[in-house]
Amino acid sequence: MASEQVKVIGAWASPFVMRPRVALNLKSIPYEFLEETFGSKSELLLKSNPVQKKIPVLLHGDKPVCESSIIVEYIDETWSTSGPSLLPSTPYDRAIARFWASYLDEKWFRSLRSILKAEGEEEKKAAIAQVEEENSFIEKAFIDCSKGKAFFNGEHIGYLDIAFGSFLGWLRATELLSGHKLVDEAKTPSLSKWAEQFCNDPAVKPVMPDTAKLAEFAKKIFAKPPA
Amino acid sequence: MAKKEEDVKLLGFWASPFSGRVKMALKLKGVSYEYLEQDIVDKSALLLELNPVFKKVPVLVHEGKILAESHLILEYIDQTWKNNPILPQDPYEKAMARFWAKFVDEQVGPVCFKSVAKPDKGIEVAIEEGQELITFLEKELTGKDFFGGKTIGFLDLVAGSMIPFCIARGWEGMGINMIPEEKFPELNRWIKNLSDIEIVRECIPHREKQIEHMMKVAERIKLA
Repeated sequence: MASEQVKVIGAWASPFVMRPRVALNLKSIPYEFLEETFGSKSELLLKSNPVQKKIPVLLHGDKPVCESSIIVEYIDETWSTSGPSLLPSTPYDRAIARFWASYLDEKWFRSLRSILKAEGEEEKKAAIAQVEEENSFIEKAFIDCSKGKAFFNGEHIGYLDIAFGSFLGWLRATELLSGHKLVDEAKTPSLSKWAEQFCNDPAVKPVMPDTAKLAEFAKKIFAKPPA
Repeated sequence: MAKKEEDVKLLGFWASPFSGRVKMALKLKGVSYEYLEQDIVDKSALLLELNPVFKKVPVLVHEGKILAESHLILEYIDQTWKNNPILPQDPYEKAMARFWAKFVDEQVGPVCFKSVAKPDKGIEVAIEEGQELITFLEKELTGKDFFGGKTIGFLDLVAGSMIPFCIARGWEGMGINMIPEEKFPELNRWIKNLSDIEIVRECIPHREKQIEHMMKVAERIKLA
């Protein structure tokens, strides 16, 4: 079963798509990447994820798995003997990792996008303040989870590193567009160091989108129509 | 097994399907716990201290460890007390259970209740869109007693607490026939199967009280 062909349906700019790709790279599992065209959905995508019609979708043989965090856990459980475990070993630590990943998806990424969608300086300032407050929670979570090691997951990149790390491209693009640093040595020293180590990992480098390219893309999708 | 009741505490709200499913899981595993009913409007200092990030129920405290978010709590319970497993062992089956559980809470709940309470596109369209989503669950149940197979599992706890004993009470109050037997025979059979299980019956809110509560929720949605 584990030896069947693996495909990922996704798009270069999506942080959610990046997650299964990093996970597969960490497990040294080869896969075919099927890039969707922005603005349209392929027949394969609609057939594989008829419920949400969203990327990413992992196809393992003919079985589709949807939802980025569910896919990462599936990868970890299916190829459990390849490479280090992506999730912590105790039930409690696993719950904590999933909790923060959930927080990132439900709150943090929305707050980040509010910076890009903000109209006027006041709104932008408020949005930035919100993200900075949330970053301080994540900075603390990192200190608690990492227990002095390099990653949220300890010695090796894991589930929560992947969850937050896949947002780094968009974080840097937002910093570029807003002219304001959100994660740096002064404000979030631990996260700043972690981000550098994450981005330099060979499993991450090939799939991390270029900041300038993402910023251009963000400008396009958040473009406001002329008044 | 928990040594004493004080080892496990659950902060919950009587009408919350999220709290209900955790109660079911604990009962299924035979875990004794202390239940602390919460006021979700006037939140207690304890709730805010234990769940400062989301400020919501349920919160489980086990031997000093604090857990929030119902799906995570269910998985924690399943991994800590190994009897009567909730999640399947097979990675693909597990992924499917998790996927459908997310679908129930993030899509079925909002679409089949909020959009019906405040139908921007008209009630017929709201019902149609709701039924479209529920059809996915109907298909998942075909040929099975429960989503978990012969016995209840993760998706039964999530969908069971959310649909028949929560949003369906809202449909009842609003006079909406969302899941007629002729269109959803599997789902109706599943609801009957669930209702026959003692631990489910012990953890669901009182029917009339829940209808009243859901109607109040529907009012708030209409005014929002």
